[in-house]
Amino acid sequence: MPKLIRLIGDEFVAADDRFTTVADDAPAPKGDVIISLTRFQADGEALFADGRDIGVRVEAGESVDALAYDLPRLSVVALVFPTFRDGRAYSSAALLRERYGFKGEVRAVGDVWREQARFMLRCGFDAFEPNDGSTPEAWAQASRDFRYVYQRAADALEPIYVEREANHGL
Amino acid sequence: MYRYDTLDKEFLADRSAEFRHQVARRLAGELTEDQFKPLRLKNGLYLQLHAYMLRIAIPYGTLDVRQLRQLAHIARTYDKGYGHFTTRTNLQLHWIKLRDMPAILDALAEVDLHAMQTSGDCVRNVTADPRAGATAEEVDDPRVWAEVIRQFTTLHPEFSYLPRKFKIAVTASPHDRTAAKTHDVGLALKRGRDGVLGFEVMVGGGLGRTPYIGQTIREHLPVDRVLSYLQAILRVYNRYGRRDNKNKARIKILVAQMGAEAFGREVEAEWALIDGAKVDLPDTELARVRAFFAASFEALPAVSAAFEAARAADPALARFARNNVHPHKAPGYAIVDVSLKTVGETPGDCSAEQMETIADLAERYSMGEVRVTHEQNLVLPHVKLDDLAAVHAGLKAAGLASANINLVSDIIACPGLDYCALANARAIPIAQDIARRFADPDFAERIGELKIKISGCINACGHHHVGHIGILGVDKKGEEFYQLTLGGSGAEDAEVGKILGPALPAERVAGAIDDLVAVYLRERRDGERFLDTYRRTGLQPFKEAIYAEAH
Repeated sequence: MPKLIRLIGDEFVAADDRFTTVADDAPAPKGDVIISLTRFQADGEALFADGRDIGVRVEAGESVDALAYDLPRLSVVALVFPTFRDGRAYSSAALLRERYGFKGEVRAVGDVWREQARFMLRCGFDAFEPNDGSTPEAWAQASRDFRYVYQRAADALEPIYVEREANHGL
Repeated sequence: MYRYDTLDKEFLADRSAEFRHQVARRLAGELTEDQFKPLRLKNGLYLQLHAYMLRIAIPYGTLDVRQLRQLAHIARTYDKGYGHFTTRTNLQLHWIKLRDMPAILDALAEVDLHAMQTSGDCVRNVTADPRAGATAEEVDDPRVWAEVIRQFTTLHPEFSYLPRKFKIAVTASPHDRTAAKTHDVGLALKRGRDGVLGFEVMVGGGLGRTPYIGQTIREHLPVDRVLSYLQAILRVYNRYGRRDNKNKARIKILVAQMGAEAFGREVEAEWALIDGAKVDLPDTELARVRAFFAASFEALPAVSAAFEAARAADPALARFARNNVHPHKAPGYAIVDVSLKTVGETPGDCSAEQMETIADLAERYSMGEVRVTHEQNLVLPHVKLDDLAAVHAGLKAAGLASANINLVSDIIACPGLDYCALANARAIPIAQDIARRFADPDFAERIGELKIKISGCINACGHHHVGHIGILGVDKKGEEFYQLTLGGSGAEDAEVGKILGPALPAERVAGAIDDLVAVYLRERRDGERFLDTYRRTGLQPFKEAIYAEAH
């Protein structure tokens, strides 16, 4: 079973991963790759020259600001959750979407559970590599757990007070 | 008071359903305790020494009558018939069973209460001045802003896994009753020279093992920009706060390491890039929230003949009025503090029957409202002077009329080793010892304001760092010892106390307090509080009194 779940439109689907995640000390295989930020900064140009799609893996302690000018040519930014409790990647995702207008895939990798689904979606993630064995159905369910939100984020949801005004307007 | 409408209620119902599902997965073995722990903590459920402890959120310490009655019902049905009000103005139940949790959450939701974000590394219950809406001192109603911040931070997707917990206090009076400067963020409402309302933003205060007093990073933030500014602070903290060491993960460490000025610059730079229109609330929504807190008072004479006569006839009422009754903004009304520090009892504890008595009194005499203070007392915010004698009599019948607010026996104490798995030493028995030693109310009044705060370990839940006298429980080779600090304050003149000397064994603590008080009474000049005398004389005379005989 593919380990990648993607959000396509409103649907959560199990997807084959066309990207190969490559370690820093391993030679790059043919095809689309996800490499570390360090390697991207060192070898990025050469790898692009091979005509492939590139994703960059950003560790929790690394700053997405460093990618700002490269984002238009990146297909994927994979943000690492070293543990479930480490929330830095939420800010990274929010910045990618809200500040840098990144339109590619923002993927959650590392210690990724369905419990985080809603927070991840709201911060702009649209691809997930869960390590709790959760299914696309579980992610779809988690995304529907709450009818309202109390604040705007990187998604399109309007906060509860806007809903309230709309309701009262009826 | 803020009232939940259908949408707020449905939000709460969704949260209950989510947690019920997680409990079911835990009970079915689909989640390990390690995996379940952060989930239950975000719902206020701790595993303590003897049982689960449930911490129920009381947003900015405000309760209505039906909520307080429901808390009494829950304490009686699912716990041992009492609850413990905390320094975060929450209510803790210490003897909860996991299987009862879904039913308890349902019972809470019936009255618009919950246990969300009372634990875990997220934005915790926002606190505000317990005299909000009642004191003439305030420049605006801090509850409006506390409610707005509560909503903004509820299940915030970006800030639910911060490096560590995050506490915000909102005050609007020159007299700070929220300990704003010991918070991760303290917000003080002030009017600028031009009369415009703004927040002084203080960041990086905190107690625990490394106490810091919050530092001002903005003198006057326009009030309607507070949410985007908080977002900037939280984002800087979320990105750069330390995560390698739990003890260095609070924002105070980041602020101390960067320096408040550099931290402030970082926040301002982030804030400048945030689209305020997306985050800050429109005036219509602010007005909607504000309307919930409007109250109208009867036109009454400023003096009540009935109360004056009753006070002259009853010395106990007179004493209660001197210590527990405070001026109200409306003529003919008063603010009444209800002490949960009855001598011999556990500070902050309240039985189900007492909760019901207070609810009854609030319903009849205080416009249906009760407040919780961070000093672990309750407040009836809107009592007519005409009714003070009846309120006093009602409290007295329930064992709640201790006239000791701000006096030596009005002690903050954490649950300590009697309940808590983290504690090194007991805190409650020490508080009880001291209260008994100063049980003579005339003597206590003669001493005047003296804030004693006791923590059973370095995590400082009892706020010992900011006690006029602080007491910290430490473990010395398996024995409980207590380290005394002097000169702390959690108020507008916030300061961290200084260590007096080597820790004392438990049986010497109450006697040492006696000795410290004797030094103060000997040294004090006109009108000085204990704290003022200490600030003038320094540690030396106090130190001599405690440690002289050892040499």
